[in-house]
Order: sequence, then structure tokens, then C-alpha cells
Amino acid sequence: MRQLVLLLAVFAVIALAPFVIASEFSLNLVIMVLYAALLGQAWNILGGYGGQFSFGHAAYFGTGAYTVAVLQVQLGINPWIGLVAGGLLAIGVAAFIGLATFRYGLRGSYFALVTLAFAEVLRILSNSVDFTGAGVGILIPLAPGVANLQFETKTGYFFLVWTFTLAAFLAVWWIGHSRFGASLAAVRDNEEAARALGVNAFRVKMGAIMLSGLFSGLAGVFYAQYFLYLDPYIAYGPAISVESLLVPIIGGMGTLFGPLLGAAALHAVSELTREIIGEVPGISLVLYGALLVVMVMFLPRGLAGLGERLFARRRPKAGETGHA
Amino acid sequence: MLEVKGICKAFGGVQASRNVSLTVPEGRITSLIGPNGSGKTTLFAQITGFQTPDSGQVSFEGKDITGEAPETIARLGMVRTFQIVQPFAGQTVRENIAVGAHLHRASRRDALAHAEAVASRVGLGDRLDLDAASLTVAGRKRLEVARALATDPKLILFDEVLAGLNPSEIRDVIPVIRDICDSGITIFMIEHVMQAVMSLSEYTWVLNQGEVIAEGEPASVVKDERVIEAYLGKGMAQRIAQRQVVHA
Repeated sequence: MRQLVLLLAVFAVIALAPFVIASEFSLNLVIMVLYAALLGQAWNILGGYGGQFSFGHAAYFGTGAYTVAVLQVQLGINPWIGLVAGGLLAIGVAAFIGLATFRYGLRGSYFALVTLAFAEVLRILSNSVDFTGAGVGILIPLAPGVANLQFETKTGYFFLVWTFTLAAFLAVWWIGHSRFGASLAAVRDNEEAARALGVNAFRVKMGAIMLSGLFSGLAGVFYAQYFLYLDPYIAYGPAISVESLLVPIIGGMGTLFGPLLGAAALHAVSELTREIIGEVPGISLVLYGALLVVMVMFLPRGLAGLGERLFARRRPKAGETGHA
Repeated sequence: MLEVKGICKAFGGVQASRNVSLTVPEGRITSLIGPNGSGKTTLFAQITGFQTPDSGQVSFEGKDITGEAPETIARLGMVRTFQIVQPFAGQTVRENIAVGAHLHRASRRDALAHAEAVASRVGLGDRLDLDAASLTVAGRKRLEVARALATDPKLILFDEVLAGLNPSEIRDVIPVIRDICDSGITIFMIEHVMQAVMSLSEYTWVLNQGEVIAEGEPASVVKDERVIEAYLGKGMAQRIAQRQVVHA
């Protein structure tokens, strides 16, 4: 319960951002942090809580993004409907990939490689069919208005991504306090033992990948509406998959607040380098790589793990309490 | 309660189970013994759905469960523990046991409360908030028992819960096992600690090279010539008998 109160308090404070921050540039930064936290939290459900390391979350992100874009541009369907359709299709793609991998017991690096392959297949497909605009990409016509899921100011977009992100974080809070979450963690830590205790590992992993896919898909929907342009490399490219996993690994896998910390840290680092080094193409990727190595070596439990350790040190030793 | 009929299982050229048949009666403690590599754990794995027998049938409470998934079998009321303990490392003792408790309890609160009750029953009540990985071997064995017990089973298959414990720890755990049986749960156990087999189980099967070579009350089974030879080698039964004559 304390965790839930803290979560809601944090999001309430974040919600003040548009009213306190005057500059569009800074508000955009907050939006991008929330968006990265959403991507990261989606990955965290499957990777952090479920122990299934996906390298292809772009598959769900891109599906959400393309669904809302293609429905609008090719069929003139309202993006609010596209939002729902994008979420559902992302779940569908996740279910398909889950079936193809978990049914055959793929784990570890095999699972990672297959997910990467699926995302690449989708990238190549979207590059070659007409209705996605192929290699040229797809441009969503500018039509500001809540009815069109487009906003004249950044504040509207802020609350769109804030809502999605809050939903993802609430879902993860629920995972931490439910039978589903307990089963998922058991499968992550020891699948055999979990099955011996009656946990249907396949069903639990399917649940995790579908929930994970949903939030990645919503991130895609947001991206499409915010930038109003997609191409196969943006939607299904490896950059999104990497960002999805980098955020929770830096912030702390399998923790509720990890993705938020990771997203903030990642953007702080990339902004800082831009200030100091200036715009050098690819420098942020080099930095991300270095950061990842440092994190894995010195802080395998991420920033959240670091915080937990510092916090625990200040507390009196007697009566150790576990993370519930 | 549990009926195994003519189970055969081969891994390549190794015959792990040869036409094994046995019937575990309800409400009792029975055991399965045999030398290392005789196929005891493999038999457990086939009974609980982790492996599928090549031929033969397993039925639980009259229902054919051959080839069913482990989770399905656990739901029906038969759970196993692992010889090599498999704690969910990084989770607390309470969380570990709660995974079992969740089998028939949807609510987190109920599962955690039940986990606490089960923990105190097996003597882990004071270690609820410890990381399962930090437990001693004896503690992990208790945790295996606790998790299985938390699923509210009708039948528990213990795979060497006493192995690796010192004599005083064994003395502590034996009453726990008896208490579980007294509460109405049937127990079928693989055990190497003969003290436990003799004092706990009413009936035992002896497996050698995948085959049941003897069965009966433990006291009479350990005198069986074929059992002695399986453990100690050919001709040993006779030599022991001769020595006893000399000493007499």
C-alpha cells in the first residue's frame, strides 16, 4: 500500500510539470522521459518480472504506431479507434510471438534472438508493402484537435503519455501484489520448481508478454501521434528494442520505479553529452553502450537497487524487511 | 491413492524404469529406496509429469494422469519436492512459500497468511523475511517441504528431504514429516537415510537398475538378500550371513 501511495504521489508531482515548466523544450524533455519510462516499464513486465529477455520489443511498438497511422491515413479511421486497435494488435503480435517461442520452451538467448528476428521481419515487411508507405514512410496529416488525438500544445501530449505511463506503472504495481506476479517471479527464478507447485508457466509467460506488448504498443501509438511521421526503421528498428531494455536495466529490472529512474538517467546523460560534446552523430549510442557495461559491472540491480541499498543502510539493522 | 502400472522409460541405452508397478495407499507414509542411479528420481519425475513414461500408466485417485503436465497434477493434489533444492533465490522465505499457497488461493493476503502458518509448522516461522538463498541446507530442505505443503496437497512426494542433513537436523525434521502425515496428507518418499525409512515408513519398495526388486515392511526388506546385494555387491548377503554365524 505504501508503494502505491508513493507511486501516485510521484505521478501527481509529475503532473504539475506543464504548469510549472514554461519552456517547450523542457516540457518536451519531461514528455520524452515519460515515454521512455513507458517503453521501459513495458519491457520490465516481461524481462524484469518474467525473466524473458526480449530484444525485439520494437515489434509491439511498431505495430501500435503503424496501426494508428495506417488506419488514419489509408482508411480515414479516427485515431481514438486507432489507439484501441493499435493496443489490441500489439497484444495480438505479442501473443503470436509468445506462442511461437514459449510453446516450444525457448529461453534465454534463444528467446532473445527469436524476438529480434520477429521485429526484423516486421521491419522488412513494412518496408516492402504499400499501405505502410514502404521505405518512404507514412506522414500523418496535421489536424490539431482532441478528436483527432492531436494537440496544439505540448500539454495535451504530456497528459496523453502521462496517462499511458501511469497505467503501465499501476499494472506493474498490481503485478507486485498479485498471484499473477508471484507466479511470474517464480517462473523467472525457477521454472521447474514453479511448475511443481502448480504454476502454469506457459500461461503466465503468455500473460506477461501480452501485457508487455500492450504497453509497448501504446508507446507506439503515442509516438505516431506526437511526431506524426513513421518509417520502418523508426517503428520496427532495433533502436526502440534497445531503448526498451536499456531503461529498466539501468533503472533496475524487476522493480516498480526502476524504469522511471532509468528513463530519467538516460535522458539526463544524453542531454548532458549534447551540452558538453555537442551534436556528434552516434555519440549517444556509444555512451549508452558504455553506461550499460558500467551498470552491469557495478550496479547489476540498477539505480533502484542502489537506492534500496543506501536506504537499507540508514535503517536500523534489526528486523530486516523484505521487499513485498 | 496413487497407482503406477508397468512403467518403462529408457534414455538411449539406459533403462531407467523397467516395468515398475506400485500402489501407494492413502493416509500412510511409504518409501522408495535403492542404490544411487537406480531410477528413483526418474520414477518420481514420471509420476509428477516432468517426464512421460515410454509405456505404462500412472493414475491418481482413480484418474489416469499419464503424460499430464506437472502443474495439472499439482492442481489435482499431488506435489513433489526436489532432491537438489530449488528455492526462488532473491525472494524471501514467505514469498517462496506463498507461490505454493497461491495454487488454491487467489488473494495475495490469504496466500501470505497461509505461508506464515505453514512456515511455523515446518519450523521456519522465525526466518520468514530472510532471502531464501541465505538459508542453510537444512533450512532449504524445510523450505522445499513448506512450499509443497502450502499447496494443500493430498499426496506429497519427498525426494530425499533428509539428504545432506546432520543427525540432529534429521531428528528435528522427522517429527515434521510425521506431523504432516497425521494431518491427513499421504506421503511417498525417496530416502537414503535408513533411520528415517525405518522409523517413518510403513511400507517400502526397493528399486535397482530401474526395477522393483523387493517390497514390504522396511524391517524385513533390509534383510532381503537381493536388496543387500543391490547395495553392497554380489555375494555380500552370503558373506554377511556367514560372519553372523561366526560371531554367534
